[in-house]
Order: sequence, then structure tokens, then C-alpha cells
Amino acid sequence: MDTYSLMREFADSWMLLWLFVFFVCVFVWVFRPGSRRVYRDTASIPFRNDDRPAAADKEA
Amino acid sequence: MRDGTDPGAGPTARTDRGTNMTNAVKLIVLAIVTLMAAIAANYARDLAYMVNALVVMAVSAGMFIVVLRHTDEEVVVRDLSGEYMDDVIRFGVVATAFWGVVGFLVGVFIAFQLAFPALNFGWADGYLNFGRLRPLHTSAVIFAFGGNALICTSFYVVQRTSAVRLWGGNLAWFVFWGYNLFIVMAALSYVLGGSQSKEYAEPEWYIDLWLTVVWVAYLAVFLGTVIKRKEPHIYVANWFYLAFIVTVAMLHVVNNLAVPVSIWGGKSVQLFSGVQDAMTQWWYGHNAVGFFLTAGFLGMMYYFVPKQAERPVYSYKLSIIHFWALIFLYIWAGPHHLHYTALPDWASTLGMVFSIILWMPSWGGMINGLMTLSGAWDKLRTDPVIRMMVLAIGFYGMSTFEGPVMSIRAVNSLSHYTDWTIGHVHSGALGWNGMITFGCLYFLVPRLWNRVGLYSLSMVSWHFWLATIGIVLYAASMWVTGIMEGLMWREVDANGFLVNSFADTVAAKFPMYVVRGLGGVMYLSGAIIMCVNLWLTATRAPQIGEASGPRANGLVPAE
Repeated sequence: MDTYSLMREFADSWMLLWLFVFFVCVFVWVFRPGSRRVYRDTASIPFRNDDRPAAADKEA
Repeated sequence: MRDGTDPGAGPTARTDRGTNMTNAVKLIVLAIVTLMAAIAANYARDLAYMVNALVVMAVSAGMFIVVLRHTDEEVVVRDLSGEYMDDVIRFGVVATAFWGVVGFLVGVFIAFQLAFPALNFGWADGYLNFGRLRPLHTSAVIFAFGGNALICTSFYVVQRTSAVRLWGGNLAWFVFWGYNLFIVMAALSYVLGGSQSKEYAEPEWYIDLWLTVVWVAYLAVFLGTVIKRKEPHIYVANWFYLAFIVTVAMLHVVNNLAVPVSIWGGKSVQLFSGVQDAMTQWWYGHNAVGFFLTAGFLGMMYYFVPKQAERPVYSYKLSIIHFWALIFLYIWAGPHHLHYTALPDWASTLGMVFSIILWMPSWGGMINGLMTLSGAWDKLRTDPVIRMMVLAIGFYGMSTFEGPVMSIRAVNSLSHYTDWTIGHVHSGALGWNGMITFGCLYFLVPRLWNRVGLYSLSMVSWHFWLATIGIVLYAASMWVTGIMEGLMWREVDANGFLVNSFADTVAAKFPMYVVRGLGGVMYLSGAIIMCVNLWLTATRAPQIGEASGPRANGLVPAE
């Protein structure tokens, strides 16, 4: 089988499946239990540390 | 110092022993670059290449002198990790405003060149005719205005949302100046005839290589800052910015694969040919729209709209879905530029289908941006800056509605090659990219120059209305003329002969071309008012700390 056909075969099957599964998993992951609390905190990041970086001893 | 709260106190002043060594290396490199540029200018096979070689020579010679004159100075090394790197952002803001006005001005001029061909002056033929100025306009607004806006806002946003100073020290300065050198070289070469004839990727191989170096540095600065962040999570704006940087790097490299004819000349031969080249070009071209003008600017939206509205984004979950859906779908949409060409039907159908699916993430994002104002809708009445941002989101919604419609094969058979496409592009570019950038500039300037507020809010309102009416004139006239010429082109008489010649359609378009030019004049006037307002804000508006009385609310009356 030439390279084009081989890659085309792969793209049409396993790669398509992988991308689709990944895509669906993102949706599932976003609505996981407890995500609301995490995202409320993340969404408020712009309202912190406006003037200077966080103190050096603060760990991630 | 250690707590990072008082960076000014007790600087650890010392002479850096390594500086002389670094300066020696810098001088050697700059001398070599200057020499090579001089040799390149001497052997240059075309004018654009020679002029750009001279520019590079002048820049590196100038830097050589500057480095030489400061080579023995004591360098005070101060721990700057307790403050944000904002000076490079200030330069970026100035460059954005400057290139914006330049790009709009060239746009207005070429709009009138189309209406009044006499403006293609005989004495400037080959330099300032429409064909030479058109890529200058598109690159000036997209890459110079939009690119500088993206670089400076991304540096601002990534620092604040990561709670750390930019990574890489002076690398950020290299990104800024290197990018603007790219802009200058590209602009000079278009006017002088150096172009590889790929839309939105006109620069020749040596400019492409330079941009690649700058872009890798940009990626390093951005990613380095994200990696050393103090916040546990990466804020969604940074996801969009990162997608923009990474994807543009990929698109730029693949679409510009070419073999130079000579190292002393600009001309090169594309690696792909025929339909492969066309497909690569529009894979690049549409994702330049999708990732440069959409993902990057959505990064702006997700930071600056919540900041200006003073409330968090409407739905953070939706923003994550918006991100993944957008990047998963956009990358496939390019083939809709190649309906009815040698491209296989399955490929153009694929592009069309993905373009239509794109409606959902686009509108999800628009709703997310607009609903961020829920509970604060009154700000639309009192704050012209948020009004500008909301209008931008509105135009994002409208142009991402229009785009999928135009990607449908049947609609495309009417719209393709007509001014409808131009109108669509400009409702996105002027409405979405322009207005959100103006909003960000109005947000940034008082903060970066430590002012209590903008110099004049009524000037912002003037800008808003001039720009809005300008866009409406532009888009409406292009719809009319686009659909008109599309219909005229396909009109056949009872015997199957075409009714109109091409020149008939050109003549019929004249009034709409004048209206479009006037719309451009209004948009340009608004941008000039903005520049005056921002200049006065940076120089005249009261500084934070000296404000008192009625001015303390941040609203400064026009004088």
C-alpha cells in the first residue's frame, strides 16, 4: 500500500475515532462532579494580582 | 524583596561581572550581521531584497553603536520578580495604535483607488498602485495592528493571570522589536515588488525565516510564563492565546515551505504545486482567520470583557467547551475557499460541513461574552468602552453567522470573487477585531500609564459611533455591490449568452465603492480620535494618587 493510501486509511478510521472520543471526553470532563467550585475559583483569576505578581512563597 | 511586595526598596546593586563578556558576544554577533547585510545588499538580485538588507544593516549597526557606548557601564542588577514587565506592553500599545492608523489609512486610499482609478498615479506606477498597496493594507491591519495588539495584550494577560513576571527577561523585547522589524521588512518588500503571491502570506522566504525565529521566542516567553505561574489553573484566555501562538507557528512553517532561488535574492520556489499548494494556502489562510483573528482575539475577550464589566465570565464551563470545539473544528474549514476548483469534491464538502458546524462554538462564545454582562447591562449606557466590547462581540456573532452561510457551495457560487466576501471580511475585521482591540487599548492605557481614567469619555463615544456607522456603511455597500455583481456575472439571455461584460459590473459598482470609501473615512477618523484621546490620557489625565474631589471617580470631563 502506498503512503497516501496508508495514511488516508489511518486518518479515516483510528485517528477519526481518537479525535471524536477526545472531543466527547472534554464535554464529560467539564461537567464532572465538583467542577462548578473549581471553575468559580478559576473564573475569578483576573480579579487577583492586578498590580504585582503573587508573593514568592505562594505555591501553585 | 523576598515577599515581593516592595520591589523598589533595597536593590541588590552590584556590577555584573558577566556583562562585559555578554557585551563582547553581542558586539561580535551584531558586527557579523551588519557585515553580512552589507554583502547581501551589494549582491542583491532585486530591489526589495536590497532595501531590506540595508534596513537590517542599519538596525544592527545602530545596535552595535548603542551596545558599544554602554559596554563599560556598571549594570545595576535588581530583582524584578516582584513587579510585572509592563514597559514592553506600553511599547506594544503605542505600536498597535500607530499601525492601526497606518493600516486604515492605506485601506481608505485603496478603497478610493477602486472608485477613482486616477488615484493609481502614473508617476508611482509599480510602487503605489492598488496591486502593491493591497497587501500592504491587509498585512498592516492584520499582522501589524492585530499582531501587535495580540502580543501586547497576551503579555499583559498572561502576567496577571499567572501572577508572575514575564519569563525570559529581555526576550520579550526581542519579540516586540523583532516582530516590528518583520512588519517593516514585509511592508517595504510589498511596495517594492517582493511577494510570493500567497494571500496573507506574501512575505518572501528570508522574512518568513525571521518571523519564525521571532515566533519561537514569543512562544517561549508565553509558555515560560504560564509554566512558572503561581495560580494553580491556567485561565481560559491563556488557552486561547496559546492555541493562537502554536497554530500560527504550524501554519506559517508549512505554508511557507519554499526553496530560495538564490541566497542573494527574494525569489523562491514553493515546495507544493497545483492543487496541493492551493489547499495548503487556504488551510493556512482560513486558519489565519480562525486562530490569529479569532482564537487570539477571543483570548482578549475572555480577559478584558470580565475586567471591564467587573464580573467573571458568564460560564467558565462554556468557555472550555468553546475553546475545544473551536480549535477542533476551525482547522478543517479551509477548503470552503476552493469550491468549484480542482480540489476534490469530498474535500470542499468537508470544509463546508465543518464551517457550518462552527456556528455552534462561535455562537456559544458570543453568548458567553455577552452574558458576562448579565446583571450589569446598565454599564452599556454609562461606559462607552464596554459598549465597544459588546459591539465587537455582536460583530463576532454576525460575521461567524455570515461566514458559514457563504461557505455553502450554492451560496458560494454567487458570493465567491465578489465584494460580498470583502464586506464579510471587514464586518469581522473592523467590527470584531478592531472594536475589541480599541476596547482593550482604552482599558490598558490608563492602567499602564498609572492614570485614574481616560482623558475623555465623550471622545470614546465619538469613536464608537464613527466606527459603528462606518462599518455599517462598509458592510451594507459591499452586500449590495457583491450580490449585484454576482447576479450580473451569471445573467444569461434567452440564447445562453452572457448579458454583461466585466466592465459593466465595474461601472455599476461605482456608487457603492464611494459609500464604502466614506465608511472607511469614518472608521479612520474614529481611530485618530482614539489616538488623540489615548495620548492625552497618558500625558494629561491625573495620575493615580494625586486625584481628589470630583475627579476621583475616574471620569474626567473633556476640557
